[in-house]
Amino acid sequence: MIEEVGTSTDGDLIINIGPQHPSTHGVLHLVVTLNGETVKKVEPHLGYIHRSIEKMCESLSYRQFIYVTSRMDYLSSHINNLGCAHAVEKGLQVEIPERAQVIRVLMSELTRLASHQLWWGAMAMDIGAITPFFHAFREREMINDIMEETCGARLTMNYMVPGGVMYDLHPDFQKKVKEFVQFFRSKFDEYDELLTGNVIFQARTKNVGIISKEDAISYGCTGPVARAAGVSCDVRKLFPYDVYGKLQFDEVLMEAGDSFARYQVRMGEMRQSLSIIDQLIDNIPEGEFQAKTKAVLKLPKGEYYSIVETARGELGVYIISEGGMTPYRIKFRSPGFSNLSALDHMARGSKIGDLVAIMGTLDLVIPDIDR
Amino acid sequence: MSFIKEYIRTVYRAVSSLLKGMKLTGYYFTHHKEIITQNYPENRDTLNLPERFRGEVVLTHNEDNEHRCTGCTACELACPNGTIKIITQFDVNEEGKKKKALNTFIYHLELCTMCNLCIVACPTDAIKMAQNFEHSVYDRSKLTKTLNAPGSKLMEGVE
Ligand code: SF4
Ligand code: SF4
Repeated sequence: MIEEVGTSTDGDLIINIGPQHPSTHGVLHLVVTLNGETVKKVEPHLGYIHRSIEKMCESLSYRQFIYVTSRMDYLSSHINNLGCAHAVEKGLQVEIPERAQVIRVLMSELTRLASHQLWWGAMAMDIGAITPFFHAFREREMINDIMEETCGARLTMNYMVPGGVMYDLHPDFQKKVKEFVQFFRSKFDEYDELLTGNVIFQARTKNVGIISKEDAISYGCTGPVARAAGVSCDVRKLFPYDVYGKLQFDEVLMEAGDSFARYQVRMGEMRQSLSIIDQLIDNIPEGEFQAKTKAVLKLPKGEYYSIVETARGELGVYIISEGGMTPYRIKFRSPGFSNLSALDHMARGSKIGDLVAIMGTLDLVIPDIDR
Repeated sequence: MSFIKEYIRTVYRAVSSLLKGMKLTGYYFTHHKEIITQNYPENRDTLNLPERFRGEVVLTHNEDNEHRCTGCTACELACPNGTIKIITQFDVNEEGKKKKALNTFIYHLELCTMCNLCIVACPTDAIKMAQNFEHSVYDRSKLTKTLNAPGSKLMEGVE
């Protein structure tokens, strides 16, 4: 784990965790200042997986740049694509058919479920439990199969296009999703039995990595990290897009702000996602799945901004157009970056062993942070 | 005394919560029917990939070695990575009119991200995604493919 050891002037130990370390879920590099076993400071160093996605997008047309964003937060690729499609649609002023909107929401929620399942497994592994990982992947596989059938890919789908979705739903889609929802509901008890009720798990997450409501706001945390501290920030509720405004679902809020609260928020969100899917799966309206758009898209001169709620928080897509075929500038506001910036605050004073557990509950996807 | 009692109680609680989790592990260990992993590559013959699965771009040919590509280069323009290169030629038909036609359809599999934009862009449905996903080769140059079969020509009636 220790790749380079140094001491600071006052005798503290400085160690590097990562960038090639299994516990950091990708190429995250943390420079940790330790006093004995106590964490004094955590400094994330980024740049190891920077692909200059924003710059790349500037040379691609409005249809082409969307696929690149699947490679940011690859676990919520549908939702990333959706955010970009929204921004382009704002410029084009097109009306999205009802059917496309419902499909988009269904896909977003399935993505959220898949992402939270993977997080659940990976976080358990960070804490030292291997079995949950395999359980989570078993359920996630069903979602991947559904995606594969309708979208043609399992991870980087590129299914949301400006104006709607790329293809209509696969004929088996409804049946498969219902099967999955039923199966997954029954597995929730297993999840609780395996992990939630486990004494060791609770001891390692309760009162660990606490962030207060005020701090969560000032660090710009969004998503489950902020909601665990009591900040109401669900974009689906506050700025509803597509058909979210018509749906019944709760924003899961906790007060404690510790690792266990973040865990509970995500578990609660999975249940909410299931209930959203339940409401929509039998009510997919007939009609077009894509609005008619021109072959070459040109946005009028101006600025366009859209936000969506990914599995990790608020993703903002900001496009400046000069009226041409390609954007003049694109900026992504990724949720992972702000959530990571709060890590130092959360981890100070805790033990080094807990650092990895705290990181696990932040649900970091490094390519999202380091675009 | 109460300290020891509390200690024993904690240990009991911890062990029982562990056993509860282990019970589930044991259940799956003894119930082989519920195992869902697949024996790839042994099950290659029975592997069923969905029709829309994006494995690689192919140009479809019928039995008479005819394809539907008119050489309009819409796919080349739609592709974000320059994966497709369409080389066209001018055919002269019976009336002496020049007509653009496909000469070579070059496809760089090593650059393709399977985004499907080319398939959507094609006005004549000439190309589609194939399900083959085992692309590893020993030489990178083998990944650059010519998709139109030798001697193939444009299907009758496709404009
Ligand atoms: S699938 Fe995408 S990357 Fe591949 S050739 Fe088609 S447009 Fe290009
Ligand atoms: S494959 Fe389709 S889009 Fe590409 S050149 Fe041929 S006809 Fe045009």
